Amino acid sequence: MALLEIRNLHVEIDGKPILRGVDLTVNAGEVHAIMGPNGSGKSTLAYVLAGKADYTPTEGEVLFNGKNIFEMQPDERAAAGLFLAFQYPLEIPGVATMTFLRTALNAQRKKRGEAEFSTPEFLKKVRNLAGELGIDPAMLRRAVNVGFSGGEKKRNEVLQMALLEPRLAVLDETDSGLDIDALKIVADGVNRLKSPNNAFVVITHYQRLLNYIVPDVVHVLSKGRIVKTGGKELALELEARGYVEYQEEVPA
Amino acid sequence: MNAEVTAIKTAAETTLAQEFAQARGRLPGDKAVAAQRAAAFDVFAQEGLPHRRVEDWKYTDLRVLMRDAKPLAAPPDARSKAIAKTAGALVGDVETRRLVFVDGAFVPELSDIAALEPGLSIGSLAGAMAGGDPSLATHLGKLAPASDVAVALNTALMGDGAVIRVAAGATTKRPIHLLFVASEKPAATFTRSLLVVEKGARAMLIESHEGPEGTDYQVNAAVEIFVGDEAHVDHVKLIGEGPDALHVSTLAAAIGEHARFNTFTFTAGGAVVRNQLFLKFDGEETVAGVRGATLLKGRQHADTTLVANHVARGCQSREMFKTVLDDEAHGVFQGRIIVQQGAQKTDAKMMTQGLLLSERAEMDHKPELEIFADDVQCGHGATTGALDDELKFYLMARGIPAAEAEALLIQAFLGEAIEGIEHAGLREALMDQVAAWLARRG
Repeated sequence: MALLEIRNLHVEIDGKPILRGVDLTVNAGEVHAIMGPNGSGKSTLAYVLAGKADYTPTEGEVLFNGKNIFEMQPDERAAAGLFLAFQYPLEIPGVATMTFLRTALNAQRKKRGEAEFSTPEFLKKVRNLAGELGIDPAMLRRAVNVGFSGGEKKRNEVLQMALLEPRLAVLDETDSGLDIDALKIVADGVNRLKSPNNAFVVITHYQRLLNYIVPDVVHVLSKGRIVKTGGKELALELEARGYVEYQEEVPA
Repeated sequence: MNAEVTAIKTAAETTLAQEFAQARGRLPGDKAVAAQRAAAFDVFAQEGLPHRRVEDWKYTDLRVLMRDAKPLAAPPDARSKAIAKTAGALVGDVETRRLVFVDGAFVPELSDIAALEPGLSIGSLAGAMAGGDPSLATHLGKLAPASDVAVALNTALMGDGAVIRVAAGATTKRPIHLLFVASEKPAATFTRSLLVVEKGARAMLIESHEGPEGTDYQVNAAVEIFVGDEAHVDHVKLIGEGPDALHVSTLAAAIGEHARFNTFTFTAGGAVVRNQLFLKFDGEETVAGVRGATLLKGRQHADTTLVANHVARGCQSREMFKTVLDDEAHGVFQGRIIVQQGAQKTDAKMMTQGLLLSERAEMDHKPELEIFADDVQCGHGATTGALDDELKFYLMARGIPAAEAEALLIQAFLGEAIEGIEHAGLREALMDQVAAWLARRG
């Protein structure tokens, strides 16, 4: 059984069709890249998988581990192993990063019937991961993402991902706003997590990130549909030739 | 007595007049106090209960909200005192010097008045009045505005309270905790307390108010605090009254120069609450924090009305009030910062924020600045809104269920005000109170 099965997915926002028949199958152990021009529906796909309100599926289905995700609340999807690294991580004044991380981790474990982490276990785990990702421990004492630079916010997303150990992680333009060193750190974080049991969907506008997170499959999303699927060489092709031909290929 | 008494209209007003007429002969105090009571009662007799056409009481119309007035509470019996033994949970495990008042009367046998720190003196108001304490003449009623009807009623009918003095340079080791407990009798209590902190002294005063469910008792509690030059005073008021209670309380403080003064009000109980603060910055270069957190549900009504009067130059005040409202609750914040002509270099910033958890809840903010000096930094802000859906989604996308996500955001909202409390143990106790409130909300 595929880990993620998207069949003929149509999604509207405020009555406006954004996704117009997306099909995508992701198996455990795979890394998929979704590329495409601005406005093609990449972020919509990410949000609808995570369960954002106002993103209304009108047709088709999405099965995660064989379960219809539209019957699950965002927190239930997360506990089932779905993770979205946000393109624009939010600042939450007044909520300490550690409280946030612990609440999230223990809520997921509780829902899965697993024992909650003890405080020392939890602290050790977070500190180790933060060290690997080059995150200053002082940042962990601040409120979630408050006063973080763009790059720090993205690294914090990867820290959350590493801590929560999802089955499927969707990275929505995690590379945007990162310098090359930060990009490598983020990519290393993803590569360390890769296993035969999990999968990644890497949404990006540029090929650059894919030098470090090497995809098994590359899809081109344009005007709400996947218009081309290929191997990792497709990303290089896109980098060289741009998205122009795909924008023209698809009738509106 | 005054001959121009206007017609007394409501049942509550009639009862209050009867109670005063019956009690005035036995209320404590000498002739001077009796005259003070009579003058105060005249203010009430002229004005009646405050109503919505009185601007300062616009949102809290006591003629409507106070259907009747309760008889003055009788001295507590053994049964009432027994209830008080289990009270005081609002402060959590903070170690305090506890002074217990049951139905408005000081109960020495439940209070901790032994081994006072050097420079600290504690007595009851009734005791001070009976003993002719000279500090009453110099302090009592000097700060609370006589024209305010709630204060006037308090002055007319005050039965007991605490009289505390911290001598120059002295420090209290533990916070002094005035624990006001109502028994199950539907009675009215009028307490007046005095705290005089002399030059360079340091003290923390906690007042907490609690009572049982199912009794529509009435509380009118006033505290006057004299903060001496270079003194450091923290005041925290916890309003955890029973759900049917009417609570009106007043803090009046005058603050000397180079002093530090913090006051925090936490409101979670009571059917109708009016919390008044009258602060006067008398000395230069004082720093003050004036904050509050209010949690309301059901049909609770809570009004915080603040007047911060900057008289002296170079003082800094920070006002921050946060109100969380669920169901059909009604919150009110009226805040007025006055900067007098001589109060150049005043730095005052006031913020009031309402968080609506229900479409039927209502929050009214009325911030006002009255500035008569030309070299000042003053600002105010007022916001009302619902929880941020984007933040809630972010938390839920990490696996946190909706109710828990909301709780985290509500705690963060209130936490910004609660963080202003300097006493760490009390901060924790209040965050625990918030968590308990949220848990009851489900």
